[in-house]
Amino acid sequence: MNRPIEPLLFLLPALLVTAAVVLFPALQTVWLGLHHYILFDPDNRSFVGLNNFVAILRDELFWISLSNSIIWVVSAVGFQFLLGLVTALLLNQTFAGRSFARALVVIPWALPSVIIGLMWTWMYDLNLGVINDLLLRSGLIQTPVAWLSQPSTALGAVVLALIWQGFPFFTVMILAGLQTIPAEQYEAAEMDGATRWQCLRYITLPALRDVIATALLLRIIWVANSLDVILVMTGGGPGYSTHTLPLYAFLKAYSSMDFGYASALSLVLTLLLLLAVAVYVRRIAREVFR
Amino acid sequence: MIDRRTRLRRLLEIELPILFILMFALAPYLWMVLTSVKPNEAISIFPVQYLPERVTFEHYSVLLAKTSFIANLGHSLLISIGAVALGLGVSVPAAYAFSRYRFRGRKATLVLFLVINMVPVVLLIIPLFVLMRSFGLLDTHLGIVMGHATFAIPFSVWMMTSYFNALPIELDEAALVDGATRLQTIRHVVLPLAMPGIVTTGIYIFVNSWNEYLFAMMLSGQSVKTVTVALQSFIGEFTVQWGLLTAAGTLIAIPVTVLFLIIQRRLVGGLTAGAVKS
Repeated sequence: MNRPIEPLLFLLPALLVTAAVVLFPALQTVWLGLHHYILFDPDNRSFVGLNNFVAILRDELFWISLSNSIIWVVSAVGFQFLLGLVTALLLNQTFAGRSFARALVVIPWALPSVIIGLMWTWMYDLNLGVINDLLLRSGLIQTPVAWLSQPSTALGAVVLALIWQGFPFFTVMILAGLQTIPAEQYEAAEMDGATRWQCLRYITLPALRDVIATALLLRIIWVANSLDVILVMTGGGPGYSTHTLPLYAFLKAYSSMDFGYASALSLVLTLLLLLAVAVYVRRIAREVFR
Repeated sequence: MIDRRTRLRRLLEIELPILFILMFALAPYLWMVLTSVKPNEAISIFPVQYLPERVTFEHYSVLLAKTSFIANLGHSLLISIGAVALGLGVSVPAAYAFSRYRFRGRKATLVLFLVINMVPVVLLIIPLFVLMRSFGLLDTHLGIVMGHATFAIPFSVWMMTSYFNALPIELDEAALVDGATRLQTIRHVVLPLAMPGIVTTGIYIFVNSWNEYLFAMMLSGQSVKTVTVALQSFIGEFTVQWGLLTAAGTLIAIPVTVLFLIIQRRLVGGLTAGAVKS
């Protein structure tokens, strides 16, 4: 045990900055959420108790955003995981150019949301887009589709862009997990006449269980919070078809300047995510402080 | 496992699927780069002309000469460097304390930094706007750097703690026994050994700060605009000029792609520690 003052001195700068930019603002969100607070109407600010939260429950747009959020998280994370898993299993095989392929596959993950939005908006373009061109050439559609500006396709189109951006994360995590499975297990299984499919089902997937659970939790939290790709690609439209909960909260603050209601919305989002965060933090803490 | 599959089966079961996935991963990027070097008349025809008859850099010269892009690059660079400096500056000492000392509240504080990383951006961005406004930090580099500290600090604390944990504590002890002070030990023994970790963490903060859009947009105004915010406003301003837009996108994407490829192998440790946000 060292003198307790020394570690405190080392910690102090990080704690002070964190208190200033995270802890204090988070508390202020709670305060804002209990107030009627329109940024450019300073004369009409008042404490309203839980009124904002009651209003949220009666707000049709909240329920639309919540259901879009659920579709968004389940479909984006689900497909990111499946594609990431398949990619990791393939990249774990031996073939020429493997390390090159492993390096290239992470590129989508490195890119900023604005670029992702730009690339995909350009590819989805009604008149000049490469996606319509390819689908027309292959005869899958007869007329060009306005993917991002019709309510029935907009959410799916943005989800596809997010799947593209996020699957390398699962690939990298699962590839790291695959390296920890001892080769002897496969050799023994092969001697007993197990098929490839049985090896995957009874050796690989059970061994990856922890890695997959951690990755899924982390990704669910991150995707549920993310709004920048949607903001850039559709701004929540057409209509409210791509409104998700964080986006709705953000637009309430940014466009309507209704900081009270927006804060209440973001608190509701945080509460909804709390369970996933709690499970995730427990897992990590258990691993780290073993 | 010894692979007993025939050449053809390997091709069908491994090589072709990998080729297909790589195409999916790279095609949007390549399409952006390709569009940026096509002349306008090759961009605006349908059916799409896949390979241009001539390569041109006119969009790049228009972008650099006629728009604010160079200034935006400067703002982004300054903010990213600021975020790296602030992030590493406060996190490296904190991580050293977490790794080398045992004190009351150590676990709880470390868990706190993990939880902070999970806090929704909207929860912070709204009060930070109010806060920065009252301190007059809106539309300043410092304001955006502070915004980026919300993700840079928790990530670096976790990354650096695991790097320090990988260095044997006997090194510190030997130096202390030889009469070095704590700060000399850190400066001459620990930091040089931790340098790969510090560089990786720094590059990761740089990439995330460079890529960040929401804080940069919310906290910026007329004078301090990062490249991501500028690009998004170009999309409204130069609606159908895809050559110009993709040229800007390419210039923003290339540096982070290169940096990310350099560090990606070394990131896995921090990933499993759960500290990576994007």
